Amino acid sequence: MPEARPGSSVARARDLGLGIALAALVVFSSLTAPQFATAGNLQRIMLDISLLLMVAAGQTMVMLTRNIDLSVGSILGLSGIIVGFYLKDNPETGVLAILSAGVVIGLVLGLVNGVLVAWGRVPAVIATLGTLTVYRGLVFILSGGQQVNPQDIPRHLVAVARPGVLGVPLMVLLAVAVTAAAGLFLRYGRTGRAMYAVGSNPAAARLRGIDADRVILIAYLVTGALSGLAGVLYAARFATVNPASAGTGFELQVIAATVIGGTSVLGGRGGIGGTALGALFLGTVANALAVAGVSGFWQRAVEGFIIVVAVVLDAAVRRAALTGGRGRDV
Amino acid sequence: MAQDARRQGILKARGLTKAFGGPPVLREVDFELFPGEVHAVVGENGAGKSTLLKLLTGVHEPDAGEIAIDGAPVAIPSPAAAQALGIAHIFQEPTLFPDLSVAENIFVGRLPVGERFPVVRWRAMRQEARALLDSIGARLSPEALVGTLSVAEQQLVEIAAALSQKARYVLMDEPTASLTPREVERLFRIIRDLKDRGAGIVFVNHRLEEVFAIADRVTVLRDGGKVGTWTVGEVSRDEVIRAMVGRELARWAKQEMDAERRRGGPAGEVLLEVENLGARGRFAGVSLHVRRGEIVALAGLVGAGRSEVAQAIFGIERFHTGTIRFKGKPVAFRSPREALAAGIAYLPEDRQHQGLILPFPVSGNITLSILGEISRSGWLLRRKEQAMAKEQVERLGVRTPGISTPVQHLSGGNQQKVLVGKLLVTRPEVLILDEPTRGVDVGAKAEIHRLIVELARQGIGVLMISSDLSEVLALADRVLVMRDGRLAGELDRAQATEEAVMRLAVGGAASA
Repeated sequence: MPEARPGSSVARARDLGLGIALAALVVFSSLTAPQFATAGNLQRIMLDISLLLMVAAGQTMVMLTRNIDLSVGSILGLSGIIVGFYLKDNPETGVLAILSAGVVIGLVLGLVNGVLVAWGRVPAVIATLGTLTVYRGLVFILSGGQQVNPQDIPRHLVAVARPGVLGVPLMVLLAVAVTAAAGLFLRYGRTGRAMYAVGSNPAAARLRGIDADRVILIAYLVTGALSGLAGVLYAARFATVNPASAGTGFELQVIAATVIGGTSVLGGRGGIGGTALGALFLGTVANALAVAGVSGFWQRAVEGFIIVVAVVLDAAVRRAALTGGRGRDV
Repeated sequence: MAQDARRQGILKARGLTKAFGGPPVLREVDFELFPGEVHAVVGENGAGKSTLLKLLTGVHEPDAGEIAIDGAPVAIPSPAAAQALGIAHIFQEPTLFPDLSVAENIFVGRLPVGERFPVVRWRAMRQEARALLDSIGARLSPEALVGTLSVAEQQLVEIAAALSQKARYVLMDEPTASLTPREVERLFRIIRDLKDRGAGIVFVNHRLEEVFAIADRVTVLRDGGKVGTWTVGEVSRDEVIRAMVGRELARWAKQEMDAERRRGGPAGEVLLEVENLGARGRFAGVSLHVRRGEIVALAGLVGAGRSEVAQAIFGIERFHTGTIRFKGKPVAFRSPREALAAGIAYLPEDRQHQGLILPFPVSGNITLSILGEISRSGWLLRRKEQAMAKEQVERLGVRTPGISTPVQHLSGGNQQKVLVGKLLVTRPEVLILDEPTRGVDVGAKAEIHRLIVELARQGIGVLMISSDLSEVLALADRVLVMRDGRLAGELDRAQATEEAVMRLAVGGAASA
């Protein structure tokens, strides 16, 4: 009987592969486009992926529990619109209050998702596809089809997405802090570990005394809160909130970052480290393509291609790992 | 009968009743568990054994009846409540988390956290896991992913998990169902050790030899009711069997089957011929043949390569050397579909995962591999499907409310029969059966044995893999024994005795 079986070697190999791909991309882009490897461009990448990073951290939790949240883009849009229109009339509102408002709105919307999935027993894809549509509908109803314009966004909010302490925007710091906190929570929190257990074997989790419904609800609440926060940060970053475009299609990027990072759609496997790498990779690819002057349409196709490659590779590595462990006698 | 020393901590259930919509699956059952005893619960599938355990561990709540510890009534509304009372449940199917480490699997739901900050203490957890695993002699790394472990190893993890709860009562549901004899020995050592530490153990099992080897008392359930509880020294195996089945069981002893087999007449021409078959790292030099109307058993320990050989013949696994001839013609099936089309059918060992689609009705399962035959231009002919399913259900004596009942609601023995029916509709000439009666109760086992003999008499050549020696001896015309991926020897019906087969299976030195 073998004594030690390197448990997470598959995960490690995948993280390593993604890291290498990222490094290769960076080296290639730096050599071909001089404006790629500049401090300004690095900051742009980080700003671009901040929202993605945050929301993907939440999505990772949801997916670890063997569920999915398709409504994140709509939550982002709804939170951005509600807060944006409020700021039109109340431009004096403090930054902390604004950010908190985004979180609270997100919590409420996430609660709806969580209740539907955990207690309503509605399959996650259906439930959140529904709320995706409902929330987007609310965006149009509340905004009356009007967008929030740059002059309606207070300066002190826009400053969140501008270089701050040591030249780093507060928004980037916030995204990094959220990601780190989520990582620690999933590694060292009882509830975080329970998310893995619930996704790995839902029936067994219940038998072992884990309140699976509560765990799933928490995952949706966190994702909702982070999406809501991302909504007001979106307003800060782009100084505009358009009901049709704010957060539309964002869920696909979020899921892409999570899946490329190695979190299984079947739950129980993956983590924040991979998701962060995935988001960074996606952001860098988009940036490198833009720097190289490739059109935005091509960017989307490339993004999709990367997702497919990542999933195929993941399946191949996993199969190899499984057959490697077979044929041994007990 | 309780000694004074045992008075503390008696778990007692009275009048437990439970129904799931239909008639009660458990009726007015009294049950008692002393600390420091091993209490076996036996009964046919569907007798209510698992339900009894689930009521005691909060998986289900009883409709009526009460549970008390030392006379004080306790409520067990959830598995967590059972854990808090020190009642651990080791389920029939492992309730583990394949993606998590051994250590985390042991402590899941109660991960150790720091006192000042609620932060999981991984190092302490691994150390504790290591200590627990050592205490039961399990040489497993706490960091290994459970998904990479064998079933036996997974069970050790479950036991370690029960121990980690400092359980006073450990309820085991068929813990030996998928273990090799050596692993069973190890489990028994652990059980005796638990007993010495004062734990009360419930041991649900089908194998009476094991019950008599380990249990202090035995309770027999039948059709949801309790037949009685006996001290093991004061009851015979036959009495227990009689209590279980409630009727004189036709004993499947060798002599009786001998008569059955003789009536079948001599075996016919060679159907399946395998010569020098080998697959790198799994088996080598395997030669065998199966004649029409013959039952050939492939015996040996788990891991000897028996299933691998069968799967190579059937086209599931690759082989690298050797030839297979079917009715004289060389064949090398690249997929089960080809093998089925040629006339070879295979009953897999793991029927839940490889053989049946559990939520599908009986009829859908039976006709699954011959959809082409019961459809016209791509559309299923319902009536044909029903007729075919009905025919098999009657032929095999499947006990089911109807052919539209989902297979998951049938007992293990009846699921097995459905699976056999699914094979028979392909009209195979050679039937390969991998552990045909594993996890099946005594009564159904006898029926399946009669069925196998009957199929042979109808001219089917049967190649049967079995770890159950009494089954091998009762049914087989010839016994081939495998050891470490090779044929260790062949015995004909007259030569085949338990000792002879075992000697070949474990090798010259019987210590193994």
